[in-house]
Amino acid sequence: MNDNTRSIGWPLHLSLLTLAVMFPFVFSSPFIVNFGVLALFYAFIGQSWNISGGFAGQLSFGHVVFFGAGAYASTVLQLRYGMNPWLGLPASAVAGAIVGWIIGFLSFRAGLKGSYFALITLAFAEVLRILVNSVGFTGGGLGLLIPAKPSMANFQFAERIGFYFLILALTVISVAVAVWLRRSRFGAQLAAIRENEDAARALGINVFREKVKVMVLSGAMCGVGGCFFAQYFLYIDTTIVFGVDKSVEMLLVSMIGGAGTVYGPLIGALLLAGVGDLTRVLTDVQGLSLVLYGTLLVIIIAFLPNGLIDLFKRIGQRFKQRGA
Amino acid sequence: MLKVEGLTKIFGGLKAVDSASLDVAEGRIVALIGPNGAGKTTLFSCIAGFQPINSGKVTFQGKDTTGWPVHDIARSGMVRTFQITQPFAKLTVHENIAVGAYQKFHDPSEAWEHARRIADQVGMGAQLEQPAADLTVAGRKRLELARTLATSPKLLLLDEVMAGLNPSEIIEIIEIIRRIRASGVTILLIEHVMQAVMSLSEHIYVLSYGKIIAHGAPKEVVNNPAVIEAYLGRGAAEQMAQEGSHA
Repeated sequence: MNDNTRSIGWPLHLSLLTLAVMFPFVFSSPFIVNFGVLALFYAFIGQSWNISGGFAGQLSFGHVVFFGAGAYASTVLQLRYGMNPWLGLPASAVAGAIVGWIIGFLSFRAGLKGSYFALITLAFAEVLRILVNSVGFTGGGLGLLIPAKPSMANFQFAERIGFYFLILALTVISVAVAVWLRRSRFGAQLAAIRENEDAARALGINVFREKVKVMVLSGAMCGVGGCFFAQYFLYIDTTIVFGVDKSVEMLLVSMIGGAGTVYGPLIGALLLAGVGDLTRVLTDVQGLSLVLYGTLLVIIIAFLPNGLIDLFKRIGQRFKQRGA
Repeated sequence: MLKVEGLTKIFGGLKAVDSASLDVAEGRIVALIGPNGAGKTTLFSCIAGFQPINSGKVTFQGKDTTGWPVHDIARSGMVRTFQITQPFAKLTVHENIAVGAYQKFHDPSEAWEHARRIADQVGMGAQLEQPAADLTVAGRKRLELARTLATSPKLLLLDEVMAGLNPSEIIEIIEIIRRIRASGVTILLIEHVMQAVMSLSEHIYVLSYGKIIAHGAPKEVVNNPAVIEAYLGRGAAEQMAQEGSHA
């Protein structure tokens, strides 16, 4: 956890933000902007996983449950009750937070840790997927189609660049949350819980309450990711927004980049989106990107167990040593 | 300040602690000694709320804390260390101590500053940036102490903080414990290092097979026949007395 972010701080944040803002103007082709949107989208949902999985060490295999809850909450409210889609953002945050509270409360009350917690989250995701699939107002197996009516008021930007800046704003917020966790009391307590629950308890930390809190926070963020997804693709169904592969992607992005670090999910997301798009462009082989993700994960676990961010840190240290 | 009455803890068919009672007066250093397996750590765990107890009562500062969750007991000012050290391994020494400091200081810069002061107090000022996983046994013991101390406790429960240390490290830590007491913290300690027990404590409780078999001033207790027998076996006290009279 001896992260360099404390020492690097603002210059790094600002220069990355500048690059991200300039990106769609330098590469204006829709394909590249789409790549940017997806990379940031993965970074955002990866960061939501990272908040609970990386910072607090509560590894979840079913994070998609929050994603799906957010996607369905906002879309159902919009289509069935005519709510303005922009209000879908807070609505999906609330939905994700509620699901996070329920899952956190039940599993932590039962004392589930480590792989047991991972499995129970997977189970919750499957249960919610089947439930949503079997009731009427969610459109069941047919899913929900959001009619395309491009207008600002409608959360449908005529140009992809609108979505790009929206997801960029969300990602900036998620990075800010991560930075806050690194420096705040709450974050320190989460790190203590991740490292050793008994010792944390002995020092007066209410382990149960803090763990439920972090699930609520992470769930809310992930729920917003679901809302964004629905508005970007204008279609959701249960296999897409409650599918195990989304859970795995969030986890991979965070683990490959560096779990428990501020910029880990961002690095992981760039790689994931990059590999995905490159394999689609260069080959016709279906599912090749999954093979490549798997290979990458193996390589990174073998050589960089703390994630790709470690590579950057090592390079940074070497530069410092040379300079000194 | 701390009053334990008739505390009993049963594991299966074994009475690990058998209606143990003890009293710790404010401002004192009190030691809990006893042969290996006597139930000292279990008694500590029960007092600090880590283990539910079968019967008995724990009163801390006039409040009945029996059955309170661990974190509430800790927040009320009674904080324990672990015999087998439990560092936050991937965090630095500074971060470890800051976790304790955050219990009192909610503002990060105040908590970090407090953690730095505590580190200096226990002689870890030079190791602040070191990951806890890299510390030696002595360093980890100190870190346990520092982390609990950073919570600004009223009563410290120290579980063998000197085990595994060399003589010069023991002398240092005895000095540190004296300073902690001088700063107004009451201390109850489990210790095997008799040099430390004799020089630090004002009152000693002896636990054997889960029962408190003797208590009193250090000099009294070490000459108590029941205590000698608990450590050295039946008849040992008599033999020692005879040898003493021959000499």
